[in-house]
Amino acid sequence: MTVAPATDRPTRSRGAAAWTRLTANPMTVVGLVLLTILVLLAAAAPILPLADPNATSLADRLQPPFSAGAVLGTDHLGRDLLSRLIWGTQVSLAIGLAATLTAALIGSAIGLVAAYYGKVVDAVLMRSIDTLMAFPYLLLALAIVAALGPGLLNAMMAIAVVNIPFFARAVRGQALTIMGLDYISAARLSGFSDVRIILAEILPNVLPVVIVTMSTTLSWMILETAGLSFLGLGAQPPTADLGSMLGDGRDLIHRAAWVALLPGLVILFLAIGINLVGDGIRDVMDPRLKAGALTRPAPATARRLPPTTVTPLAMGERDVLSVRGLSTHFELGGRVLKAVRNVSFDVRRGEALGVVGESGSGKSVTALSLLGLVASPPGVLVDGQIWFNHRDRGPMDLARVSGRELQAIRGARISYIFQDPLTALNPVLKCGRQVAEALVVHGGLGWAAAEREALRLFERVKLPTPQEKANAFPHELSGGQRQRVMIAMALANKPDLIVADEPTTALDVTTQRRVLELLDELREEHDAALLLISHDFGVIADHCHRVLVMYAGEVVETALAADLFRNPSHPYTRRLLACVPSLERSTEIEAIPGLPPAVDALAPGCPFADRCDEAEAACRAAPIDLRPVADGHAARCLHAGVG
Amino acid sequence: MLAYTVRRLIQAVPVLFGISIIVFLVISLIPGDPATAILGAFATAENVARVNRELGLDQPLPLQYLNWLAGVLQGDLGRSYALDRPVIDELADRLFPTFLLASTALVLCTIFGLLAGTVAAVRQYGWPDRILSLLVLIGISTPSFWLGMMMILAFSLGLGLFPTGDMTSLFGGGGVLDVLWHLTLPALTLAMVATGVVARLTRANMLEVLRQDYVRTARAKGVPESLVIRRHAFRNALVALVPIIGIQAGFVLGGAVYIEEVFQWPGMGRMLVNAIGQRDIVLVQGGVMVIAAAYVLINLITDLVQSALDPRVRGR
Repeated sequence: MTVAPATDRPTRSRGAAAWTRLTANPMTVVGLVLLTILVLLAAAAPILPLADPNATSLADRLQPPFSAGAVLGTDHLGRDLLSRLIWGTQVSLAIGLAATLTAALIGSAIGLVAAYYGKVVDAVLMRSIDTLMAFPYLLLALAIVAALGPGLLNAMMAIAVVNIPFFARAVRGQALTIMGLDYISAARLSGFSDVRIILAEILPNVLPVVIVTMSTTLSWMILETAGLSFLGLGAQPPTADLGSMLGDGRDLIHRAAWVALLPGLVILFLAIGINLVGDGIRDVMDPRLKAGALTRPAPATARRLPPTTVTPLAMGERDVLSVRGLSTHFELGGRVLKAVRNVSFDVRRGEALGVVGESGSGKSVTALSLLGLVASPPGVLVDGQIWFNHRDRGPMDLARVSGRELQAIRGARISYIFQDPLTALNPVLKCGRQVAEALVVHGGLGWAAAEREALRLFERVKLPTPQEKANAFPHELSGGQRQRVMIAMALANKPDLIVADEPTTALDVTTQRRVLELLDELREEHDAALLLISHDFGVIADHCHRVLVMYAGEVVETALAADLFRNPSHPYTRRLLACVPSLERSTEIEAIPGLPPAVDALAPGCPFADRCDEAEAACRAAPIDLRPVADGHAARCLHAGVG
Repeated sequence: MLAYTVRRLIQAVPVLFGISIIVFLVISLIPGDPATAILGAFATAENVARVNRELGLDQPLPLQYLNWLAGVLQGDLGRSYALDRPVIDELADRLFPTFLLASTALVLCTIFGLLAGTVAAVRQYGWPDRILSLLVLIGISTPSFWLGMMMILAFSLGLGLFPTGDMTSLFGGGGVLDVLWHLTLPALTLAMVATGVVARLTRANMLEVLRQDYVRTARAKGVPESLVIRRHAFRNALVALVPIIGIQAGFVLGGAVYIEEVFQWPGMGRMLVNAIGQRDIVLVQGGVMVIAAAYVLINLITDLVQSALDPRVRGR
């Protein structure tokens, strides 16, 4: 399953676009507003009509908020809290920013130098950074303050030092990727000085990383410097930051709670504002981390089927699966990728149906749609009927059964074999148990019996030393062995249909042949149907009775395997066949020129027209139906049946 | 597994060395000398020289380090000026309260964080998820020392449910229940911030894991969704989360300094803050060294737990 990349839209200046994206997130806007208010207040402290923050007045001690002359009350020395809060915010902000800039400057320098010079320099610098990170976060800051002595600047330095590693690591990582690019080697070869290359070529490219790291560390640094002040190790009287005001309030908590409550609230709002804006900046600058980018696939593919009632299809005893008009879309933001469009086919008992096409042709999505396994979001089943002839219950439309019914069929009546057995097997569970699980969840067997049955299955799929393999973890087996484990799992409940999605693509050629032969053998033994998906016409030719050729989400040709190879009737099929390496043919393998169309912007006519030598005006005018070529052979081409 | 354990133990040695060098350097390169701190500002030059000699401060720096390290390895961390007792004895008294507080907080943040994060991932964009992200935002934005005060204000002074501080009651206290009663508020406060971080990372890891091929395989096998989450997704997410919990231990140990201060908890954190105030450098040095070593140990343990959970790690 592949999804075409988004086309670049023309943008205004990058800054303006980034700002638009930043403010598109309502939480970021809340953060910006919060932060703007606090920063403006703090900056305007000298010009606001505030009382002197340090003027003590013992007569007005501990006035509660909303007192005359002191809107937010006074502290134990009668100082005006509103004024102190605003001035204190200014100090906290300034110190937090100073610490962040210091850490960013030193950390980035270390990261750049380590990445640029590499080898010993890198090893020494990064081991030192690792050692700094081996300290509990605040503890090292305490040790530094202990050494330098209490004071606001010393606290700032201490907090900056403990944050240096975050910058050094992030910048080094980014710089290393840039170092690998050609233009840096070119700059080095043309004799530019190291300093110039670092500052002019590398630095601009690591700046986004620095900004993202600053936005995530700023709120910690403000909280931690406030913390040191709270402990009496930061701001010393008469200077007050929000932290030292909290320290003052601590002893008054039972008498005058507001003295401690208010500075804490200001720190909280400040940190919330910074964190919200920081999250927004991170989302914009590093789209990989965007919260919405990771969505949880639902247990089954979402459905949005037309509300028509369907009448059960008459299915013969040998019929296992009859798919009619299946359409599956991917809905990505505003774009709709029509991955599978109006696909119909039948599979019978004991038969192997091959589905072939380039990657992105919709063959995997078709297979996954059968049991609602297309990741959703973004996948949506939008149309079609999937008639499955259940051995006990007769024909049922898998597009309309409940989630519970679907789950009962998955792995029991219809099972899957996936492409890459290394990623498809659970890395932390033993192979025997993973196979046994298929038996346990479908009822009947307890774990012990299921694991014994798994051993028998391992023998059946010709895994050497089954007991050993059952106790092994997937990474301890070879690729071929892992795929045999997958096959054993698929076979466990004697299914009526096995869907094998590129089962041998990840394997070497010899293993590939053996695995496919095993599949043939098992299909015959169990009288099961096999849906074999492959991009390799050679595989399809050797192992399938009938073939479905897919292109851009559609079936473009269907025929008995022998007929298809004798008389390929769609130009695309002919091109695919020409790609198959052959001993008899001495000609070069021809790649098909061009790329498959993006399935969100399909032209009305034949989607292959742009890559087709035989295309004419009529091809692009309107959709083309599957036209019968011969008995049981059809192709979606205007020229089909002629030749 | 044994080989892996031994290998990780050996790898911890250079880290401990690095830590000891940093601790030593930070403290040794300070402006102003300990002799003046001990004797006061009006000490005679003669006396200062004598104290310096007694402390070995007249020797070159590398030699000072080796002397100090030799002492550390024998359990001699020097003598506290302010308390006039061996640092190791003071640390021994202070270790348990901090261990109790930090480990309780760590257990709490692990349980709540994993639970909340998993629920949020499973109900992504649902109400539990939205509430969690709000709580996480507040959690990571709240100064823990302020939160502690607010807890005292609400639950001790307001509702009278818990004591305002200390580890035991002044009279007739000291039993297990009495300590637990005193532990509740500080442990919850300390756990709260870390819970937010663990929950956030659990959510992210669960979302990552739920997209993996093996989760699709489990679904294709017909495994009920609740088991897909527990047996397949959560177990794999945990592998990546265990080291994160180890890192949280560092934040909890650091955060314990504030919490001990706010709740008058007689642990290492308060000891350090007092020692810094009194310029009791040797005590700070010893305390920082011991806590940092404990942190290295915790990370070692989390590595071993991770390797127990993930068969792939052991092979490396």
